[in-house]
Amino acid sequence: MEDLKAIAKEIRRDIVKSIGKAASGHPGGSLSAVEILTLLYYEKMNVDPKNPKMEDRDRFVLSKGHAAPALYATLASKGYFPKEELDHLRQVGAMLQGHPSMHTPGVDMATGSLGQGFSTAVGMALGAKHQGAKWHTYVLLGDGEIEEGIVWEAAMAASNYGLSNLTAFVDNNNLQIDGAVSDVMNPYPIDEKFKAFGWNVIDVADGNDFDQLRAALTLAEACTDKPSVLVCKTVKGKGVSFMENEVGWHGKGPNPEQVEQALKDLA
Amino acid sequence: MEKIATREAYGKYLVELGKKNPKIVVFDGDLSGATKTSYFRAEFPDRHFNAGIAEADLMGMAAGISTTGLIPFASTFAIFGAGRAFEIIRNSICYSNLNVNICCTHAGLSVGEDGGSHQSIEDIALMRVLPNMHVFVPADAVETRKMIDAALNIDGPCYIRLCRLATNVVLPEDYEFVPGKAVELKKGSDVTIMAIGLMVERALEAAETLEKEGISARVLNMGSIKPIDKAAIEAAAKETGAIVTAEEHSVIGGLAGAVCETLAETTACPVEKVGVNDVFGQSGKALEVLEHYGLTAEHIAEAAKKAISRK
Repeated sequence: MEDLKAIAKEIRRDIVKSIGKAASGHPGGSLSAVEILTLLYYEKMNVDPKNPKMEDRDRFVLSKGHAAPALYATLASKGYFPKEELDHLRQVGAMLQGHPSMHTPGVDMATGSLGQGFSTAVGMALGAKHQGAKWHTYVLLGDGEIEEGIVWEAAMAASNYGLSNLTAFVDNNNLQIDGAVSDVMNPYPIDEKFKAFGWNVIDVADGNDFDQLRAALTLAEACTDKPSVLVCKTVKGKGVSFMENEVGWHGKGPNPEQVEQALKDLA
Repeated sequence: MEKIATREAYGKYLVELGKKNPKIVVFDGDLSGATKTSYFRAEFPDRHFNAGIAEADLMGMAAGISTTGLIPFASTFAIFGAGRAFEIIRNSICYSNLNVNICCTHAGLSVGEDGGSHQSIEDIALMRVLPNMHVFVPADAVETRKMIDAALNIDGPCYIRLCRLATNVVLPEDYEFVPGKAVELKKGSDVTIMAIGLMVERALEAAETLEKEGISARVLNMGSIKPIDKAAIEAAAKETGAIVTAEEHSVIGGLAGAVCETLAETTACPVEKVGVNDVFGQSGKALEVLEHYGLTAEHIAEAAKKAISRK
């Protein structure tokens, strides 16, 4: 448990450093999702960093693709590729694109255009179910992202096909680029919407808490006839004092002084 | 001679392929009866997935399932597939070079009665600009089957453009289709008519008419729009000195666009474009609509003379 917290802290530090070096990127929504990613990659998913295309691996799709720095830091931490790559995020000729692409080991689906990753994850789960494969598909959505129409097309399809081998997370940090999600285009109540679409819905009061996430995943696993979604209340910019709950930190890189301050917060 | 629509040939051939290859699965968007994937559904109900009326998700699911070892064929009308779901095809299929076979029916004006909202005259242009994408337009039932075979041999995205209207079979059963190769259907030295889809038959008719008037017209089937046969285009320009393109598509961005882009890099040559002239279609019987917009053998023959006059 302490171990996961230490790993999450290191991942947060790598997120801040890589976005700082790139002087561009999305720190807020990367930092809010760290516990979800850490728990999946360190405790839940059957994956092999040395064999990223392993046939029966569990799949992960970062549908909120702008949180790529969080995924990259997690994958590097797991050993999918050398950590030095994080220093070249968003640079010409480098591997790590602004949003996930299939050129990065461990990335199961290119994402970035919101909503599409969710739809592709439904396709993956459908493929697994059709072939009787035991692996599971996990997908992470943003709360602003669920304003996209394709999300609800895919939500309908996942329950229509009874994809209990699919688990979604909504990173409900309450902020999108233009402001609070409830002000821009109110998606609430998120849980009731998914319920109405036939999903097994689990509310997670603190999506930055490993125990709560773990307990929610246990509930998800107990459901064998529907896809499950964990609606996770999180803090945008979590762990960096001046970024927490600040909409301005959705999509800009910190300057060197800010990086230094952030790393002190994450010491 | 029995007429058969390319959508019909597609639907029937899918069943044959499905028997041979258990990895083939089909996605449709509540149009199975019209796209003819209903034949596949009847034979393999558990391998036919209906996305409902949700083309974006149809393409997204096809992208996802293609990463699980299955080979998806994704079908809907061209206007909804290439049009509405364009950006899903771009970002979730082409960007990752996924092995998805997009077979869209009801392309072009020959949709007929459903009218301008349903007549896709821009799908070739939309699909052609996408990196990694292959774009094939069969002239008839025979070529439909050959192009599907070719698509199955390509580990990457393919777009096959199919039509609603039943048309004559113009190619022999032993016809060979090779991606990136134009096929010369008639030799000629005064002008080259480059055609795709149901305009191939009209191009052959036009060439016969021209022959009677002493004009020797070469006819090329340009069914492989991407990759396109640059050598055949260049040779046509050099050897015949005049070109006509004929397509059931906007004159912007489709076959005419591809041919002119090639010529701009190689050989100066007059080109006359037979196609839809930057307008939307309208309701009517398919053949009457085609005639209304000048997609006829007569119009191709006139265009050929005009191209020759510009030499």
